[in-house]
Amino acid sequence: MHVPDGFIDAPLSVVGGVIATVGVGVCLRGARRELDEKTAPLAGLVAAFVFALQMLNFPVALGTSGHLLGGTLAAVLVGPYTGALCVTVVLTVQALFFADGGTTALGINITTMAIVTTVVGYGIVVLLRALLPARPASVVPAAFVGALISVPASALAFVGFYALGGTTGLSLGGVLVAMVGVHVLVGIGEAVITALTVGSVVTVRPDLVYATRSYEQPLEIRHTEQAA
Amino acid sequence: MSAGHHHHLYLDRASLIHRLPPQCKIAAVVLFVTAVVTTPRGSWWPYAVYVLALGAVAAAGRVPAPTILRRMIIETPFVLFAVILPFASPGPKTDVLGLTLSATGLESAGILLAKGTLGVVASILLAATTQPRDLLLGLQRLHMPQLLVQIMTFMFRYIEVVLGEMNRMRVARESRGFDARHVGHLKVVAQSAGALFIRCYERGERVHLAMLSRGYTGRLPVFADARSSTGQWAMAALLPLVAVATTVAAWATL
Amino acid sequence: MTASLVVHGLAFAYPDGHQALYGVDLTVARGERVAVLGPNGAGKTTLVLHLNGILGGGRGTVAVAGLPVTKEHVREIRRRVGIVFQDPDDQLFMPTVREDVAFGPANLGLRGPELADRVHEALVQVGMAEYADRPPHHLSYGQRRRVAVATVLAMRPEILVLDEPSSNLDPASRRELADILLGLPITILMVTHDLPYALQLCPRSVILDDGVIVADGSTYDLLCDDATMTAHRLELPFGFDPRSAMSVAPAASPSFP
Ligand SMILES: Nc1ncnc2c1ncn2[C@@H]1O[C@H](COP(=O)(O)OP(=O)(O)OP(=O)(O)O)[C@@H](O)[C@H]1O
Ligand SMILES: [Mg+2]
Repeated sequence: MHVPDGFIDAPLSVVGGVIATVGVGVCLRGARRELDEKTAPLAGLVAAFVFALQMLNFPVALGTSGHLLGGTLAAVLVGPYTGALCVTVVLTVQALFFADGGTTALGINITTMAIVTTVVGYGIVVLLRALLPARPASVVPAAFVGALISVPASALAFVGFYALGGTTGLSLGGVLVAMVGVHVLVGIGEAVITALTVGSVVTVRPDLVYATRSYEQPLEIRHTEQAA
Repeated sequence: MSAGHHHHLYLDRASLIHRLPPQCKIAAVVLFVTAVVTTPRGSWWPYAVYVLALGAVAAAGRVPAPTILRRMIIETPFVLFAVILPFASPGPKTDVLGLTLSATGLESAGILLAKGTLGVVASILLAATTQPRDLLLGLQRLHMPQLLVQIMTFMFRYIEVVLGEMNRMRVARESRGFDARHVGHLKVVAQSAGALFIRCYERGERVHLAMLSRGYTGRLPVFADARSSTGQWAMAALLPLVAVATTVAAWATL
Repeated sequence: MTASLVVHGLAFAYPDGHQALYGVDLTVARGERVAVLGPNGAGKTTLVLHLNGILGGGRGTVAVAGLPVTKEHVREIRRRVGIVFQDPDDQLFMPTVREDVAFGPANLGLRGPELADRVHEALVQVGMAEYADRPPHHLSYGQRRRVAVATVLAMRPEILVLDEPSSNLDPASRRELADILLGLPITILMVTHDLPYALQLCPRSVILDDGVIVADGSTYDLLCDDATMTAHRLELPFGFDPRSAMSVAPAASPSFP
């Protein structure tokens, strides 16, 4: 779903750029609360991970393929603001360096794949966690549903851009059906991978999962008779 | 960093383009692509100029054509998309080689391919002549927010760890007779993803602690003085200038 | 004179809830060389990571030359305390040896010829000056360890902390590293499982076990104290006798400075 250069017309690319700039600005302010000197590499790893996930193309139907987006996973692991920044970084590197997604379409790509996915995905996670039992493992089903819905939501945002500034003249209905249809399927893959990844990280290193942060316990002090 | 500086995309050459400061090259690429994208529908000659301009950059950067062509494989998904356009678009039909195609669809496909491909080639040239570390420095000098620079720094460091581990896991799976085309492969990938994440994190965490111990505050120290001179900016400006002039001429002669 | 390092009542649990330190007390005088001994999982590395504020947030205090290790002093603390990590591959991450050694002083704000001098001086100290332009991962393990030491020496620390410096070194590299350390006029804290090395380099040792200091005294006395040694899973290598070792190596006499 990486939009190449020239796919959406110039005015709407500018609109996408403005939305992305404002969104990233908001995230930069919000991320200061989520990130400290020790979580910065975690954010980098999440970005690298999302990068790798986006390389996993899998066949959907009729010769089309989709790839994972990783927005919900990023938001659950490092927090929504930082998560959106991670995906933003991935998209920027892909556009400038890997020629994946147009440089002039970067604003649109950030809006649909970094902002929409994290807002929708993490929003659902927060909602569901309020309904599910209050323990760390609850984040796993919540992440599943969040990821499941975030992908078609992102595709819908893409169709919105296309409706307003598409350059290719395809019928809107056709694009809508194809994009959302494909991405409902991609969403299932995304949900499975997100839930399994979050599940195993929650089990082994719960401290690495932002959405389950809250740990305080009293420290025990031992006194010893020193020898020698 | 330990992973980033041996990037396979980078061609180690001594060329004019390699020596340009990264911030100049990034700005040039962005402006060039912007000019290309704003080329008006209906004029085709500008694309010849763009191709020649990129060709000149490739020659000056000593990036061989086969390398560029090989890397253009990244475009495949949208080439496929462009191929459907003439069949799926509405509007008047024309006959091409015995096929009935939509005329506007054909035109759209042509423009999409031309603009998309030029963007792809510009990125390929940037990556072939700029190390990831310098890309970071360039973005830092172009005032990309510090937090994004920091995330990107760590991303470059982790990418090869992650891809390397992924590849090792894939080899292990396939050597046990596992067929990756099967839908079930997702499940296997997903099951190993969590373990992969933790393994990679713990490797990088220790390096990060060592960096913090040596006074790292999130900003990469700059050793080589890579500030850009007016001359370098002027040289880097050649490519976007040609492109902008071409676009303007195309609009004027429409 | 204020002590170089004062650790008081230090307790710490990792975020997963596992408590690793249960109230560590340790005072090290300026210029002293102290070995930290103890079995695997005793909390040695955890203690080391508290000395420059990498870990924190538990109970107790750490002070370096009178300056408490807190968030607002962390920059100054990291200038004063140099940590050589156990695995040189964790420590070296820049493309060339020169850049790696320059990383720390550059973070301190040094630039240009001043920075180059610092780097050169540190590399000469560890005998690696002619490798300045090589990538660290092309060096042998012992060479990488020496460069790792240089990366820290280039910051001119007041306290040098080494986490298992002799592991995986061949005997010659091990001895060369000892020569380097013995020539440094600074406070040294050395975590090690290599008891003969502790005896050679550090007049004083402490034993950390299960998150507390259980013994503190002259290295020679500790190594000769069989009861304490076995109680904390410390074993001398086969055939090594501290009594005869000291008679041939009078350089490190078992006395306090
Ligand atoms: N990141 C971590 N999260 C949770 N527990 C940890 C972490 N790092 C260490 N521990 C635990 O804390 C305890 C002390 O570990 P530490 O690394 O300080 O031991 P050590 O004395 O350095 O051991 P070694 O001699 O093997 O290096 C161990 O039980 C270890 O399992
Ligand atoms: Mg240790």
